[in-house]
Formats: sequence, structure tokens, C-alpha cells
Amino acid sequence: MNGNFIWLTIGQIFDPTVAAYALATIGLVIHFGFTGLLNFGQAGFMAVGGYAFAITSVVYDWPLWGSFLAAIVAATVFALILGIPTLRLRADYLSIVTIAAAEIIRLSVKTPEFSEVTGGSEGINGAARAFNDVNPLPDGRWGLMGTPLVYNQDQWWVRIVGWGLVALACLLVFLLMRSPWGRVIMGIREDEDAVRSLGKNVFSYKIQALILGGVLGGLAGVVFILPRSLQPDNYGTQLTFFLYTIMLLGGAATVFGPVVGSILFWVTLSLTDGLLSLGIEAGVLPLTTTQTGPIRFIIVGVALMLLVIFRPQGIFGKKKDLHFA
Amino acid sequence: MPEKTLVSDITDDVIVPGVKKKDPIVVAHAVSRRFGGLTAVDVAHLEIPRGSITALIGPNGAGKTTFFNLLTGFDKPNTGNWTFKGKSLAGVPAFKVSRMGMVRTFQLTKALSGMTVLENMRLGATKQGGENIFVSLFKPLWKAKEDEITERAMQLLAKFKLDTKKDDYASSLSGGQKKLLEMARALMSSPELVMLDEPMAGVNPALTQSLLGHIVNLKDEGMTVLFVEHDMHMVNTIADWVVVMAEGKVVAEGPPSTVMSDPAVIDAYLGAHHASDLGTIEGQLEVAEEMESDLIRSEVEQDAEAAGIAVPNHEPSPSTDAAPTPVDGEEKK
Repeated sequence: MNGNFIWLTIGQIFDPTVAAYALATIGLVIHFGFTGLLNFGQAGFMAVGGYAFAITSVVYDWPLWGSFLAAIVAATVFALILGIPTLRLRADYLSIVTIAAAEIIRLSVKTPEFSEVTGGSEGINGAARAFNDVNPLPDGRWGLMGTPLVYNQDQWWVRIVGWGLVALACLLVFLLMRSPWGRVIMGIREDEDAVRSLGKNVFSYKIQALILGGVLGGLAGVVFILPRSLQPDNYGTQLTFFLYTIMLLGGAATVFGPVVGSILFWVTLSLTDGLLSLGIEAGVLPLTTTQTGPIRFIIVGVALMLLVIFRPQGIFGKKKDLHFA
Repeated sequence: MPEKTLVSDITDDVIVPGVKKKDPIVVAHAVSRRFGGLTAVDVAHLEIPRGSITALIGPNGAGKTTFFNLLTGFDKPNTGNWTFKGKSLAGVPAFKVSRMGMVRTFQLTKALSGMTVLENMRLGATKQGGENIFVSLFKPLWKAKEDEITERAMQLLAKFKLDTKKDDYASSLSGGQKKLLEMARALMSSPELVMLDEPMAGVNPALTQSLLGHIVNLKDEGMTVLFVEHDMHMVNTIADWVVVMAEGKVVAEGPPSTVMSDPAVIDAYLGAHHASDLGTIEGQLEVAEEMESDLIRSEVEQDAEAAGIAVPNHEPSPSTDAAPTPVDGEEKK
């Protein structure tokens, strides 16, 4: 064993998967942190976006822009289906419906009846083809300033686009939340009846927020499948709860919290994995290598508990702003 | 004593519940709301006079707040129709009612505690284009309106003596200050009818006077005020017109002086001793005088003697040396 895992850990900072998680969490921050919508189905939004992109580009051979548009439209429709019946009701109904809907999506795409289109439990391969076709980077492999972090042109391309989308989403959230629109949204989080009594169409604002966060979730689903194949079981409820962990790490009502939270989450996982393997190899830890996987998540869980107890507002959050209360 | 609107300016008809007003701003007809078997509100006819202060009083559970919710679109009635400025409000959602110029506050204050006082105020403003999601992205499009709104907010905050707290979170305000903030916020939209649900509940006496002043000012500025209140002193002082509800129905209405002396109202709500101040021993004595119970009287008299207050002469009651049983409910209520 060597120090390679340290480079792997540093590599997480640019990883497209980390960008995908950050993007999905930004969507969740709009839902939960700013609007107070308890969406427990962000994994469902990611699945809807990912499938819409993969199906249109692989099965139907749509151009790239068409597939991106399909992901956005699919996430919007999903948000409308979930939001219209539930957003007039009490907040908890949305959480029940979203957690169920996300599971319905995951189980539906796996059924053999749909497998011609969805690939069943195999998922869909090669969704990134159209995306890599438009890659303007010349072929080759480059490292970052002489480090072992060397990627080929397609790996760089997905990193640039993924993190570019994250940057755009951060800018969008920043612009929205300093505006009067953001003020109404945050007012709804505090007390929607009060906002209603001041002449604001609360239902319409909640739908807008749900769509916006959902579309970011859908795009995150696209970024997520670009470096890998689409697997239905990646979109289980645990994905949603990882996103909640990331959100709470960074701070629930912040612009950059999701980015930092996502990086921290993945760096912690990668670092503990490396350290545990190192310990096992050296014979210091009485564990087997197969046990390191679950132990990493135990460590993340303990870290989250400590966070809730000692810094409930997250890393970036203001104490006065939203926290777990 | 603020200047009151004359009764002759409100109505010419014989004053009975549901009397026609010369210039009503709200007209409710046959409005009823049932919760299961309970009929919470059953108002046959009610008109709220424009440009005056109307108090809605009644015992707990009389349906005052439910009636408020129905009028403002926060709840839907089972039957009935009602109009605001001549326009029917049946089926109109709460936010549209508010935009039409009928703004309410809540019995339990709804200050948005995670936002600053100034942001609370700005939220009350209407016609801010930046509340549209697409417009909101471009600050130059809403900046001018925002400045205008902020200026108006600061004027109102200064009036309500909250301007020094503009950057504080609303959660740090006292209960009374939250009431003031909620009222000020409602005024941001320049409403025509302000509906206040128990504006005095939980407000300390020092603030009461200034709150009363603010409500009277609303009328002077041409607004109509409808408020629910239990504080009879407040009702007597500022209301031009009083509507009494009991068990969901309007049982009496009229100018405060008449309504307060209406035996039906006194029995239903005020109690025979509504004018006595039970917070003082003199007030308690007054009530004890008329009560048949010797026990209570002797007890209050003992308290009075201990406090050095002259007790009106009475025949000594036989139970004086018996250990007095505390009758808390009777005495304190």
C-alpha cells in the first residue's frame, strides 16, 4: 500500500460525481433550505433526469441539446405531478409522496415490460456518446501540474461541464435569493399563512421552487451518468439521504454549502477508505477489507451526529437561519 | 378620547342585529360554517360600515376568528355569500382577497421570525415586479421599486417605533413588538380594510396605549378597521360600532355605549360585574357585596382590612371564625 489514496482523495475535489451530488443538493437546498419543502425524493428527480437523457440519446438518438431539454422537461413534469396534488396540503404530505414516487420510478424502470426502453435492471450504457462527440478538447491525457491526477480528454470534458453547471446553479441561487422572489420563498418557509395574508400566491411559488430544485436534480442525474452507465439501483432512498447529509454538512440555506458539503462528504469517504485499508494492511486494525465499506458510512454518520449536536446550522449557515429545529 | 363616528353617520335604521348601513364596505349574507355537528358560524346578515372602527366581540368559541377566516378566504363557508366593496368574495383565495385591499393579522402573531424586521416589512409590499422568478434575476429591473418599498417600510417602522430594530431578526422582538410589526407589515400594501384578530392579546399595558393610537390613526387615514378583542376598555375607547357574536350568531350590534348596556349582551358575555376591576380589593368588595355567599364576602373583607381599606358596615357574618375555604375561581375571574 502506498500514499496513492491521498491523490485519489484530492481527485475527489474535481470528480464529476461530486459535482452531480453538489448540483442535486443545490436543488434540495432550494426545496428544503429556502422554501421549507420536505422533498424526500430528490433521487427520483435525478433518476427522471438521467433516464430522460439516456433514453433520448441512446434509444432514440436525439441530438445532445434535445436530450438535455428532455431531462429538464421530464424533471419539470415530475415536479408538477408531485406538487399539484400535495402542495395545497400540509408540508408532510409532500415528503410522503416524494419518497414513494422516487421508489415508484426506480422500481418501474426495472420492470421487464419497460426494459426495451429503460434497459430493465441492466440500465443503459453509453449515454455519454453524444456528449463526448461535442468535446472540443484535443485527444490526449493531461495531468494537473505534474501530479498523478491524469485524465483523458473525455474525463476533463465531463469535469468542466459538470462543475460549470454547479457554478451556474450557485449563481442562479445567489441571484434568486437576494431578490424579492427569494424573500417570498423564505417567507413561505417561515409561515405560509402569513405570506398568503400579504397577497402572495403561495401555491404558485411553491410549485416554482419545486420545479427549479427538481430541474437541478434532473441535471444532476445527467452529470451523474456521463462518466458511468445508468443503473436503476443507484437511485434508491439512500441517495436522497446522502444528499440530505451533504446539505446539512454545508448548511441548509446557503449558496456554497452544497458544494463544500459534497466535496467534504466524498473526501471523507475516500480518505477513510484509504486510511482503513492502510491500517488493515499494516495489521493495526482487526478488520477485513470488505468491512471498510460500511465502516466509512458509520464514520460519516457519526460526523453528522456531531454536526447536529455542535454546529446545527452547518458549516456555512448562520445560527439564526434555518437549522434542525 | 378619540373622536368617534356618529351613529347617524353609520345607519339611519332601527338598530337590530343585521341592520343596514349607509355605506357598508363588507356585506355578509347567510354565511355559515359547520365543523362536523358543530355550527361555528351562522351569520344571517352583517354589514361593516366603511371608514369606521368596528369591534367584533363575544365569548370564547363564539366563532369570531372563524368568521374572520371566512371573510378573508382562509376558510370556506358551507353556505352564504359576502362582498367586499360590492365584489363577491365567494371562492376567492386568500391571497387575492388581500390584493383587493382587505388585509388581516392573526390572533397568534405570525412574524416571520427567521427574517429581519425590514425584510418582514418589504414582504408586505405589493406590485414588486421582482417577485416574478424571471424578473428577479436582473436586479436593475426591481431595484427602483425596492428602494421605494424600503422607504415606505422605514416610514411605517418609524411610526411604530421599530425603526431602530430594522436589522434585527423578528424572533428577537417581544410579543408586543411582534404585534406592532405584524400590523405595520399589513399596512405596507395600503389596504382599505384592516382586520385585526386580537391586537391586544399579550401586549403589555405600556404598549397598549400606543397600539390604540395606531388603530385610531388608521381610521383617520381613511381606512376601515374591523377587530376582534376581549379587552372591553379598548372596545369602549376606540370602537365606533360593536358587533356581538355568541354561538356563531350575531346577537347584538350598535354603538358601544348602547351595546354594553344591552342586558342580553351582559348576560351572554360581559357578566354583571364587567365594569368592576377585580384586580383591586375595592373591585372585589363591590362584587362580594352583591353576592349571596357570606363566605366569599368575609374573605374579601378580611383581605380588605389587612390592606387597611374601609369595609362598608355589615352585620358580622356567622362564618367568620370558620376556616375560610379558598374559592379561587369565583374571586379571580
